[in-house]
Amino acid sequence: MTTADQIVPIDGEEGIVSARQLARDVARTLGFGTVDQSRIATAVSELARNVVHYATEGRGEVRIRQFTVDGGGAGIEVVVADAGPGIADVDEVLQRGFTSGAGLGMGLPATRRLMDEMEIDTALGRGTTITVRKWRR
Amino acid sequence: MARVPIVRVGPVLISTLLSGLLDQEVLQLQEELMDSIEQSGARGVLLDISTVETVDTFLGRLLADIAAGARLMGAHTVVVGLQPAVAVTLVEMGLEFKAVHVALNAEKGWALLRRLLAP
Repeated sequence: MTTADQIVPIDGEEGIVSARQLARDVARTLGFGTVDQSRIATAVSELARNVVHYATEGRGEVRIRQFTVDGGGAGIEVVVADAGPGIADVDEVLQRGFTSGAGLGMGLPATRRLMDEMEIDTALGRGTTITVRKWRR
Repeated sequence: MARVPIVRVGPVLISTLLSGLLDQEVLQLQEELMDSIEQSGARGVLLDISTVETVDTFLGRLLADIAAGARLMGAHTVVVGLQPAVAVTLVEMGLEFKAVHVALNAEKGWALLRRLLAP
């Protein structure tokens, strides 16, 4: 079961700030503590910046929702999607220091360390969708 | 732009970063700080980030770059006011600011700068 998605369109650097602020607000509403709010907002900032730097025309969107599972457990799920060039080698971008462009090569490795789960769905020429989740303890 | 003012107090330049800065605005601050050091001969830089809620790899790297650039121009940089949650997040990301002077707050940062600038 999930609540309604909240969506932030990414179209420039302003979108990075808006997306991470919304992620923090939703995390706070869901009862995450300040350290988890920081982890989540920072991860969303990394993913949104990737869209600005690497997606076609820097466009994409960030969807934020609560998730709950039967038998207890809940958390926040963030889906960052673009219709950009896609990632040729996912293992490569998860290595610290690898970059194909202007970035530092730290964004995705950092995101994986800050969140509990990360899934990357990508295909060359079709775009990239990255889903991350953080469980509320 | 120029959303981040730079104030000069004696030999020290002081800037307070706010939450919600755009990447371009941080890059502009870096450039303006370097220009200010050149023009004023400042020997210290105090960067207050106590109201910054999110320090991602971009901002973390920029703060380290500012400190490194200032050092090459003869100025020490102290970053002050890291929020506890920000500190935890930075360490988990592997950004530990090892080459950057840090202090708990502006007062302690000012005291640290005075020691660093002492003849």
